[in-house]
Amino acid sequence: MYAQNNKRLAMPAFEKQITKRLWAKSCLVAAVTLASGLGSFAAAADTTIKLLRVEISDAEKQYYDNIVTEYEANNPGVDVVFEYIANEAYKTRLPTLLQSDQRPDIFYSWGGEGLRDQVEAGFVRDITAEMQDGWQDIYPASAVSAFTLNDQIYGAPLYATVVGLWVNTALTEQAGVELESLNTWDGLKEAVTALRANDITPMVVGGKDGWPIHFYWGSLATRMAGGEGIDAAKQGESSGFEEDAFVRAGELLQSLVALDPFQSGFMATTYERASAMFGDGEAAMHLMGDWDYIPSKERSATGEGVPDENLEFVPFPSVEGGAGNDNSFGGMNGFAVTKDASDEAVDFLKFLLNEENQREAARLGIFVTVAHGSEEELQTPYAKKVASILSESSHHQVFLDQALGTSVGATINDISGDLALGVITPEDAAARVEEAWQFR
Amino acid sequence: MTTTTRPAVHKRGTTDRIKKNLVSGKLAAVLLLLPPALIVFSLFVILPLVDAAYYSGFSWNGYGAPSDFVGMQNYARLLDHSVFHTALWNTAKLIIVSIVIQMPIALGLALLVYKKTPTNTLFRLVFFLPYILAEVAAGLIWSFVFDGDYGITASIFQSLGQESVYVLSDSQWAFPAIMTVIVWKYFGFHMMIYIAALQGVPKDLIEAAKLEGAKTRQIALFIQIPMIKHALVVSGFFAIIGSLQIFDIIIPMTNGGPSNSTHTIVTYLYTFGLSRLNIGFGSAAAVVLFVLAIGIAFFYQRATGKENKA
Repeated sequence: MYAQNNKRLAMPAFEKQITKRLWAKSCLVAAVTLASGLGSFAAAADTTIKLLRVEISDAEKQYYDNIVTEYEANNPGVDVVFEYIANEAYKTRLPTLLQSDQRPDIFYSWGGEGLRDQVEAGFVRDITAEMQDGWQDIYPASAVSAFTLNDQIYGAPLYATVVGLWVNTALTEQAGVELESLNTWDGLKEAVTALRANDITPMVVGGKDGWPIHFYWGSLATRMAGGEGIDAAKQGESSGFEEDAFVRAGELLQSLVALDPFQSGFMATTYERASAMFGDGEAAMHLMGDWDYIPSKERSATGEGVPDENLEFVPFPSVEGGAGNDNSFGGMNGFAVTKDASDEAVDFLKFLLNEENQREAARLGIFVTVAHGSEEELQTPYAKKVASILSESSHHQVFLDQALGTSVGATINDISGDLALGVITPEDAAARVEEAWQFR
Repeated sequence: MTTTTRPAVHKRGTTDRIKKNLVSGKLAAVLLLLPPALIVFSLFVILPLVDAAYYSGFSWNGYGAPSDFVGMQNYARLLDHSVFHTALWNTAKLIIVSIVIQMPIALGLALLVYKKTPTNTLFRLVFFLPYILAEVAAGLIWSFVFDGDYGITASIFQSLGQESVYVLSDSQWAFPAIMTVIVWKYFGFHMMIYIAALQGVPKDLIEAAKLEGAKTRQIALFIQIPMIKHALVVSGFFAIIGSLQIFDIIIPMTNGGPSNSTHTIVTYLYTFGLSRLNIGFGSAAAVVLFVLAIGIAFFYQRATGKENKA
């Protein structure tokens, strides 16, 4: 359900080939496992590293397979196994898995409060020493901070996502809207009015899923309060999430909603549907993560989506008086190591996320990598744009529905929808977030 | 089992009875057959119940053992939560609609098609079809029907020259739409119960009434319906308990939205307890649901039981 996991980069042409290869590989793995099980005379003690990842595209699986093959060749006696679980199931099964004997050595993480819960329950290995030993220098500080809790580091970053406006310039030009005008919130509102006047739906949003509409409130709260303001609210300074900045975020959202920016019945639209509608050219803008590039094309009726010459990705507009206008908003995803995992597991993770492998991922266009220098390898103008937004940003705010934990996150999704429907006031919205934060 | 003839035992003392049971295998059967059921029941019904009651006293996110004891705070917060009130009221609405609308429709149709004729068999099948459909599938289908862009309701509105209505994203109409689907989904089940009962009503009673000049309506009202009262009681019980459990139609249709206006107790429990990893809070909701179900079942049985005796 959450945003970044809907990132799908299916490559149908390769699928069969890859399936065959996977099959061949799994036969091989089975044979090797059997052989090593039988061979009690094996010299080196075998170590198995189990890694758990949310289900992903075949292209990304192939990328990991190559890394594993290379690592295993250089480290005889180490066996790396990747396991995949579908997104929703991953979230609900992880707490149980971490507490069982089936615990993986390395698991996929979104950082934030979710990781904090796991750390506080004592399931996560502290990798501060390893990270400070040169490892963390290959990533920007904002990427490392997403996995830092109380000055200790509990994970390493894999890729970043950024939320911005996907714009269909064919439609905005039709309404006489300049792309530059979308740089400010007031400019965005004028654009919405102009588009409506030209009978063009200004924006699509998948309100039924909750998280897409939280991108509005979340982005606005980040713009108004900034990363520091959000941290202060978490610490309970002054009035927490009832601070003016968060109320103001709600007011700004309502001022946009007053202009009727969304498609009809937007609260019954899912993310997938909204993504398809944008791909079909039914609306001029879609506030969504950078990962929607290919999915939106695939979901469109023609399969082509909005042609690249008419497609732009622009950062969320800046707001007047905001403390976080130089912040970015999106995801920072990576891996954490479980408490009893072997040193080999940490070593493998270090290898998996090293600069060379990050460069390779960027080259393959699998995701927007975080390691310094890997952005040079990014292929599409959109991925390059995302990398430049990230490098210019002074703080990368992780999605509020993840950074603040599952329960508070769901509340933020709720109040974002309620604000868009106009059924609660910005003050009530802020109060409900604060209440959920208190009770989490 | 076997038909060996034995001299009749005249004295039947306790020891004799036990002996006889032992020989006949009754005791062995009890000792053999009861434990599996008892163990499975305790393991999968009683134990989780006790666990839920225990967890409901903690603020717990599912990690480690629950340690943050909060007493009745989860219950206090639950009873104070406006969405929970909506969920309770929605569940009550479902019960009312099931009894006041769904059961009479089912009864009416049952009276029309209970006789065994080929046409009736066809109709029975048609009416029963929605019940066969999986709940999630039904929910998805109806979410397409109510779609404001491509759905059937949209084309109806458009053909009337009206602005199309997005039923499921309108907090006024979303729940009535869900109630409609639930009536559609389950009336066939109740109809089948009535048909079975109606076929058991002695034909001579109906014929006698006809000879006396009773009209069809009178026969239904004064003979058939009173004669199938036991079936009505049973179906009423299913309707109430079923309404308390409605979950898998709502999730694909509205996911509890818009603005959390279409939750039932179960979808509330799932959304605010499980998917938000507030296991303690969710357990409190589960305990409330359990108490409600048991309470209603108990009072229903007592109330209908008394009537039957009178």
